[in-house]
Amino acid sequence: MITSKSAHPVVKWIDERLPVFTFLNRELRDYPTPRNLNYWWSFGSIAGVVLVVMTLTGIMLAMQYTAHMDYAFDSVERIMRDVNYGWLLRYLHMNGGSMFFIVVYIHLFRGIYFGSYKSPREILWALGVVILLLMMATAFMGYVLPWGQMSFWGATVITNLFSAIPLVGDSIVNWLWGGYSIANPTLTRFYALHYLFPFLIFVVVALHLVALHMVKSNNPLGVDAKEPQDTIPFHPYYTAKDFFGFGVFFLVYLGFVFFAPDFFGEPDNYIPANPLATPPHIVPEWYFLPFYAILRVVPDIEVFGFILVEAKLAGVILMFGSILVLFFLPWLDSSKVRSARFRPIFKQFFWIFLADCLLLGWVGANPPEGSFVVLGRIGTAFYFAYFIIIIPLVARFEKPLPLPSSVVSSVLNEKKGERS
Amino acid sequence: MIRGALTTACSLMAGLFLLPSPAAVVEIIEIEKRDWSFDGIFGSFDRTAQQRGYQIYNEACSGCHGLRLLTYRNLAALGYSEDDIKAFATDFDVTDGPDDEGEMYQRNALPSDHFVSPFPNTQASRAANNGALPPDLSLIVKARKNGADYIYALLTSYGDAPDDEELPDGMYYNAVFPGHQIAMPPPLYDDTIEYSDGTLATVDQMASDVTTFLAWAASPEMEARKRLGLKAMLFLLVLTALLAAVKHKVWSRLN
Ligand code: HEC
Ligand code: HEM
Repeated sequence: MITSKSAHPVVKWIDERLPVFTFLNRELRDYPTPRNLNYWWSFGSIAGVVLVVMTLTGIMLAMQYTAHMDYAFDSVERIMRDVNYGWLLRYLHMNGGSMFFIVVYIHLFRGIYFGSYKSPREILWALGVVILLLMMATAFMGYVLPWGQMSFWGATVITNLFSAIPLVGDSIVNWLWGGYSIANPTLTRFYALHYLFPFLIFVVVALHLVALHMVKSNNPLGVDAKEPQDTIPFHPYYTAKDFFGFGVFFLVYLGFVFFAPDFFGEPDNYIPANPLATPPHIVPEWYFLPFYAILRVVPDIEVFGFILVEAKLAGVILMFGSILVLFFLPWLDSSKVRSARFRPIFKQFFWIFLADCLLLGWVGANPPEGSFVVLGRIGTAFYFAYFIIIIPLVARFEKPLPLPSSVVSSVLNEKKGERS
Repeated sequence: MIRGALTTACSLMAGLFLLPSPAAVVEIIEIEKRDWSFDGIFGSFDRTAQQRGYQIYNEACSGCHGLRLLTYRNLAALGYSEDDIKAFATDFDVTDGPDDEGEMYQRNALPSDHFVSPFPNTQASRAANNGALPPDLSLIVKARKNGADYIYALLTSYGDAPDDEELPDGMYYNAVFPGHQIAMPPPLYDDTIEYSDGTLATVDQMASDVTTFLAWAASPEMEARKRLGLKAMLFLLVLTALLAAVKHKVWSRLN
């Protein structure tokens, strides 16, 4: 039995039987955090807030939504028009999806820049990639629910990817659809899974946090926090900092919700799904565009004139590969130095890589024709080269800058610099 | 049968889409940006323009296009009284029932009924329109790129086809419609409608009014949304400033 430090008798009584208060104290209050975290470290907790907002608005939408192909579109419009503040719920949920990806992509690139994936944070990083995959599946299925033209045709294109699998592809597609075309069974199962997946995300987020608290936060210098002076208690320092971050985040998020709610959307999704009319350009939501580009620009993979992998299958493999490769990043990068601040070559390639992802996004938004195909192939080649060739080589040959001896010494030096 | 054909069609389309196809020529049509009363964070719908637009919809569009997502009582937002709305609704018949004898019957529409569409189903609308389908207009402003600007441009860009372009029967030349051939005959002509408020009924005026009306029909929540938005942003600005001050105060202890 633990002895509770609490002075309050009731709290003490509970705490000694179920140590929630000791736990909260240790993990949220005293929790030692590097004193030099910048605002890029706010995005993890912002992502948590978005997950909660998405779940709450989602559950309330679910109370009004009808998952049937004949009623889904109209039920969403009923939410928009007849349910009290239904438009607010729906726009919060719709734009929340986009915000979620913006926040999580920033979080992820932060991790790459500051080397947060390196030992001892490999599992923490891998759990993050699992969350990303779950988010993508959730958002993809969510986008199908309003049953507009893009819902239907996006689902058609993506589920058809599985038909590229040799031999069993077509059976898998029919199994996913629950029939021979995208229809009511597809919609109802997507709805069931769209409701389920966020809760899986909660579970993986919990593991992500357990892993984080085992190994503690990295920091912009990438050197371990060793002395007590290197860290400060999470509360009140980082609670105060994070809450300010929430304020700024909500200003941006609600700015879209109230004043440009359809900014991230496709006009075609305000047309009810019609299996007989293909929209001229089928595009997924913006956050999938880089992956969509990779999917579409891959040619047949040939060896001495023999087609080894057909274009469609090659595209699917590379698209999934582009995310799976993230799992291996901790082992591809063998440099002991974490932060790009002390890695001049790595830093330059990081920015090129970021630009490459944006380029792929732009290619994905355009039809796969003419120069876009060429750009997309270059972008895809660089994307994989970055992970598989550049990162390992840079780790080997780059000469890192000298590291500061500790977090606190660097922080105090900076302060001195500011004053003089 | 139909299902099979559908599947094949779907897979074909998707399949085609996944192959790098040779460059198709997609013409980019510039749509002129206009000033609307409902633009911007303070924008609201011009009530008189909305009312005139409703009149245009009734007299020039409702013969072919429905507005099925609106109810008659939604028109209260345009400034109409309950009696006005009852009068608008009674002009339409809806099927109701079954009654105590189990029979369906026709009755006049009530304010709580949805706008009655001109055709009972898509087959009937195609049959009456040379095979073309006049889309329901409830969401049209949100369902097209460039929204209101496009709808206005569409209604004002009819003209004669260039000499080298052959127009099939029942098609009309329109400079901003994708492909330039539209199955909708020009719906607006100068002075064919008499505005009840005496405004001069030019094509421009009518197009602008009906577009304002349709923009409202697509986003009836817009005014409430922006009003609440301003309050929310103001509140958040103050809150965020306070949080910034708290953060600053807390961190200053560290030195
Ligand atoms: C005689 C029947 C008829 C009338 C009256 C009519 N329309 Fe149409 N409208 C059509 C048809 C048919 C189409 C489909 C055109 C096509 O797909 O080629 C159409 C299409 C449209 C479109 C969609 C264009 C697009 O981008 O797909 C809009 C917007 C529209 N009409 C607005 C109006 C408005 C506003 C009025 C009244 C001022 C009106 N229409 C009056 C028959 C009509
Ligand atoms: C990880 C969290 C989530 C993400 C990323 C996500 C994403 C999305 C997206 C992109 C859409 C389509 C937006 C639209 O056009 O409306 C959507 C719709 C929807 N989601 Fe979610 N969602 C999440 C969580 C939830 C949860 C927890 C629920 C319910 C328990 C839920 C219920 C719904 C419903 C009912 C719709 C359809 C209504 C509508 O279209 O507005 N979502 N979701």
